[in-house]
Amino acid sequence: MIPPAFDYAAPTSLPEALALLGQNPDAKVLAGGHSLIPAMKFRMATPALLVDINRIDGLAYLREDGGWLKIGAMTREADLDGSDLVRARYPLLADTARMIADPLVRNLATIGGNLAHADPANDHPATMLAYRAQIMALGPGGERVIPIGEFFTGPFTTALQPTEILTEIRIPARQPGDGGCYLKLERKVGDYATAAVAVQVNVDAAGVCTAAGVALTNLGLTPIQCGAAEAALKGRPLDDGAIKTAARLAGEAAEPIGDYRGSEDYKRSLVRTLTTRALRTALERAKA
Amino acid sequence: MPDVNGLGHSMRRKEDPRFIRGQGNYIDDLKLPGMLWLDIVRSPYAHARIKNIDTSKAAKIPGVLGFVTGRDLEKYNLHWMPTLMSDQQMVLPTDTVKYQSQEVVGVIAADRYAAADGVAAVEVDYEPLPVVVDPHQALQPGAVKVRDDKDSNRIWHWEVGDPAATAQAFAQAATVVKEKIYIPRIHVASIETCGCVADWDAANKHLTLYMTTQAPHAIRTVLALVAGHVGLSEENIRVVSPDIGGGFGGKVPVYPGYVIAVAASVLLGKPIKWIEDRSENLAADSFARDYHITAELAADKDGRITAMRMDTVADHGYSDAQAAPSKFPAGLFHIATGSYDFQTAYLAVDAAYTNKPPGGVAYRCSFRVTEAVHAIERMVDILAHERGEDPAAFRMKNFIKPEQFPYKSAFGWEYDSGDYHKALRLAMDMIGYEDLRREQAEKRARGELMGIGLSSFTEIVGAGPSKHFDILGIKMFDSCELRVHPTGKAIARFGTKSQGQGHETTYAQIIAEELGIPAEHIKVEEGDTDTAPYGLGTYASRSTPTAGAAGALAARKVRDKARKIAAHLLEAAEEDLVWERGKFHVKGAPGRSKTIQDIALAAYTNHPQGLEAGLEAVHYYDPPNLTYPFGSYICVVDIDRGTGQVQVRRFVAVDDCGVRINPMIVEGQIHGGLTQGFAPALMEEMQYDENGNLYGGTFMDYMVPTAVESPKWEVGETVTPSPHHPFGAKGVGESPTVGAPPAIANAVVDALWHLGVRHVDIPLTAPKIWELLKRHGAALEE
Amino acid sequence: MSTHHIQLTVNGQVRAADVPARLLLVHLIRDNFDLTGTHIGCDTTSCGACTVLLNGKPVKACTVLAVQADGADVLTVEGLEQGGQLHPVQEGFTAKHGLQCGFCTPGMMLTAVALLRANPDPTEDEIRWGISGNLCRCTGYMNIVKAIQYAAEKLQVQEAQPA
Repeated sequence: MIPPAFDYAAPTSLPEALALLGQNPDAKVLAGGHSLIPAMKFRMATPALLVDINRIDGLAYLREDGGWLKIGAMTREADLDGSDLVRARYPLLADTARMIADPLVRNLATIGGNLAHADPANDHPATMLAYRAQIMALGPGGERVIPIGEFFTGPFTTALQPTEILTEIRIPARQPGDGGCYLKLERKVGDYATAAVAVQVNVDAAGVCTAAGVALTNLGLTPIQCGAAEAALKGRPLDDGAIKTAARLAGEAAEPIGDYRGSEDYKRSLVRTLTTRALRTALERAKA
Repeated sequence: MPDVNGLGHSMRRKEDPRFIRGQGNYIDDLKLPGMLWLDIVRSPYAHARIKNIDTSKAAKIPGVLGFVTGRDLEKYNLHWMPTLMSDQQMVLPTDTVKYQSQEVVGVIAADRYAAADGVAAVEVDYEPLPVVVDPHQALQPGAVKVRDDKDSNRIWHWEVGDPAATAQAFAQAATVVKEKIYIPRIHVASIETCGCVADWDAANKHLTLYMTTQAPHAIRTVLALVAGHVGLSEENIRVVSPDIGGGFGGKVPVYPGYVIAVAASVLLGKPIKWIEDRSENLAADSFARDYHITAELAADKDGRITAMRMDTVADHGYSDAQAAPSKFPAGLFHIATGSYDFQTAYLAVDAAYTNKPPGGVAYRCSFRVTEAVHAIERMVDILAHERGEDPAAFRMKNFIKPEQFPYKSAFGWEYDSGDYHKALRLAMDMIGYEDLRREQAEKRARGELMGIGLSSFTEIVGAGPSKHFDILGIKMFDSCELRVHPTGKAIARFGTKSQGQGHETTYAQIIAEELGIPAEHIKVEEGDTDTAPYGLGTYASRSTPTAGAAGALAARKVRDKARKIAAHLLEAAEEDLVWERGKFHVKGAPGRSKTIQDIALAAYTNHPQGLEAGLEAVHYYDPPNLTYPFGSYICVVDIDRGTGQVQVRRFVAVDDCGVRINPMIVEGQIHGGLTQGFAPALMEEMQYDENGNLYGGTFMDYMVPTAVESPKWEVGETVTPSPHHPFGAKGVGESPTVGAPPAIANAVVDALWHLGVRHVDIPLTAPKIWELLKRHGAALEE
Repeated sequence: MSTHHIQLTVNGQVRAADVPARLLLVHLIRDNFDLTGTHIGCDTTSCGACTVLLNGKPVKACTVLAVQADGADVLTVEGLEQGGQLHPVQEGFTAKHGLQCGFCTPGMMLTAVALLRANPDPTEDEIRWGISGNLCRCTGYMNIVKAIQYAAEKLQVQEAQPA
């Protein structure tokens, strides 16, 4: 499988990259390339120009700063998976990075690419919805913040303008009582989710849930934030009853279609089961 | 006795040094001067009329040099070719396409990039036609007719056994069980796809065809037979099979791409390379299985099996392109009476054309044995459960007993040797069967789902006796040509072709055992039809039973001649010489001896007058019978009631393949075979929608297991030599692929039997199991 | 289509080439540099037959553009043997029968080399997880795991010995 011909540029600065995007309406940004290049090989994506942002310094980092975990868009999945900081303080993110594709793909695939590609089967989108993350985008007019809830506008489409580059992802810094978990049912390593659930909660000393994020992967045309499930958790003790209600509401929020990965019924049931299991793990982690 | 790495030695493989250095020589590694590329336009439809092919845009692409269509080939009467089952298959269509991804136009270009651009730019105008995908529907009156040149979609009806006696036995039985069992369509998916380089030398009318083939000699003969009229003559055809990156049966057939490459090379006078993409490989190359079996088993009041009946619909796609012996259109499916002692049975198979790719290759199985074993082992398990008997005890009671061998089966096979009780007992001891049953009872009481599954299979491999077995009329013997050099080193050439089985090592060990020449000093070659003796190739676990035997017997011929030379050197009578491995000595005088190396030198420097010089022999081995390896497998599964996921917790495999040449290699074959049994049991399937669109056409959707999914196998062995093989060996490569799926399926049904589940078809995917749990009220939402 | 002059280090040797933008790294290695030990087994970044080490990390060379490797350090299977000495991973694969047809072997070995650099003493499950981006159809992975364990031990002994 051979991609069709295209032009290639590898700018070394963001302004250069933005200029290239501005001048070439058929340009695509090349980050890890592990969604884009296969799509080009199947000739399903045919950009005229690839703007490779791998040679721009300073886009791969992980740091806690000003109440956020700031993640450079070009941070590789393997670096998320291997980060002690992420493992210790952001277990939902650690779980997610570990379940993306396979170990070799993770060496090049980036968190920014995973989000900007906006494949409803990608794993980071649900996780970022559960975290209430923010997306930083740089365009000709400067930098802007896109709340994650406004980022995914449809399958494979986002609030990013063609002339913008996703530069950073911000996750609220870990607070005492935070716990999260990503559970994904896949047919084998490297598969997209049959169903996956991201949950992030905060539990106070009394066991009451003070904040909750619940979101779903590959269960609709976009990643789905389960607002009703979140509302059912917030302000209540995170006990079996609350978990059960949240799981039921998450199942209702899912918009699965029956396919070779399973029937609509099956997937909805998986959402309930995985939400339950993920919330239990998140609770344990919150207490730890 | 010097250590020569003969039988029973786990010597390191002689082929490894090149592979671990990246110096293997696979088809895509070959580059010839002036070589061009072939890439292929394929049909998006499963059934369509080709209204027009427009290559004008593609022709303008730099580097695109030419096109080959069915109309071009029709001029030479090469647009159709015979399949291995004497059916017809299109090389390229002139009018209609019959399955999705069928070859439509060959594009020739200067390199692979230009060729791909050319393929993308060819415009084909199709008129879609009605499609038949389901073989049962295909056999109904009024069904869409797949083949214009045939009267109906029924390819053949084949039956064996005694229907009347079987009906009577069923009428008199105390217990009868019946089940519909589907063995889904799967794909071998060797990691190397297929490909070739065709190199036509016009001046000498000579074709060299380097190709990924498991059977190079048969390919040469078929080429000579079908293309003789355009100037291909067998002495001027050289087929070379280089290193092969996995075969598993998928590299036995002749695919259109090979033929288009040859045609293009002849037309353009340049070497042409064709290498499949993975998606082409999955979507268009031969599939395996696709058998819809209705199976019945009967038992008397004591739980002894009395009769078996099977009625089967086989989906062959649009052409019967099976790799099977011509006498047996359903292969060796009638091994289906299995490891059990009963004499009344009947089996029928109806083969149907559908709008799917042609095929019916092995997927690491000897001619439909996997289908047979799955059916009988599932049915035996159902029967045992139905009667409330332990499936292990039930098998023990019904096994053919050791003293009954050689055993003639209800369908006439003569099982050469076996001890089924011993193998099963060993497997039970290794896994701790009785403890597991106790654990299962405790878990069941707590609502947990755990299952224990058994499979005690009998394989049938090593085709074959030539009186029964041929491919397109060529008898299924195999061969060895052995030549000992003056310095006592040797070269041995065989008619088979390794695809990873380690022939360069094991064949050398066989000859080392027979001649006492260290295996390190014996070079083994296969795959070049100009140099290797004629043979039918490597598939169906036939290499050790046939070519391996030929190697031993060629070595014995060499030894016979060596005795004459030794007698001359030692000035003794031949009958006074005693052979101990590697040398002859004079009876009663062990000091008076000549080594095989001394003798080899003498064969070229001091051979007796009246005897031909040299030390070599050829043997074409026609086995007197097949070999019947067997084994007992036990699998333990845990089922997640929330997700339907099946986890193989443990899997013990006891295999008996007779005498083992290289135990390390045999164990490696078993590990690989088990994993290729596990894969279709739990993960792999080629599925088609009602329009004939394939789901499973890339490695994103065709679920080849990784190291994470693959179980940790526990293996054991018993050794029951084959009485007719020269050194007691049987084939082994396919046993585990045949034996594993029913063990896994039986374990899953065993976990669910108390819920009312009697059967579930493989693959046992999480959604399928969950739907079953739900239907039986056992799905759990936490 | 733009073409680019690139220079990279392959197995310790500086190599240069003029490449069209779309040339895949795996084809640069195989077709331009004649290093045919790096194989191709799929179209979807699934099988790992094309695995090479790119700046020390195992990646699938079918999903990297050659031009992206400009300035990079690439290690292919042909560069594993040093001064006539097999790499312990190569030795492990033959000692433990970790290969059959040999087609996945180069990629599998390079993944193993990187795995052992990052985790010199992996558990069996860590090894299985680490090689889960490389498909093998012949071995059932059992002996590949043993081969990597063999190499791990050997590397640790080498590490313990003074140079």
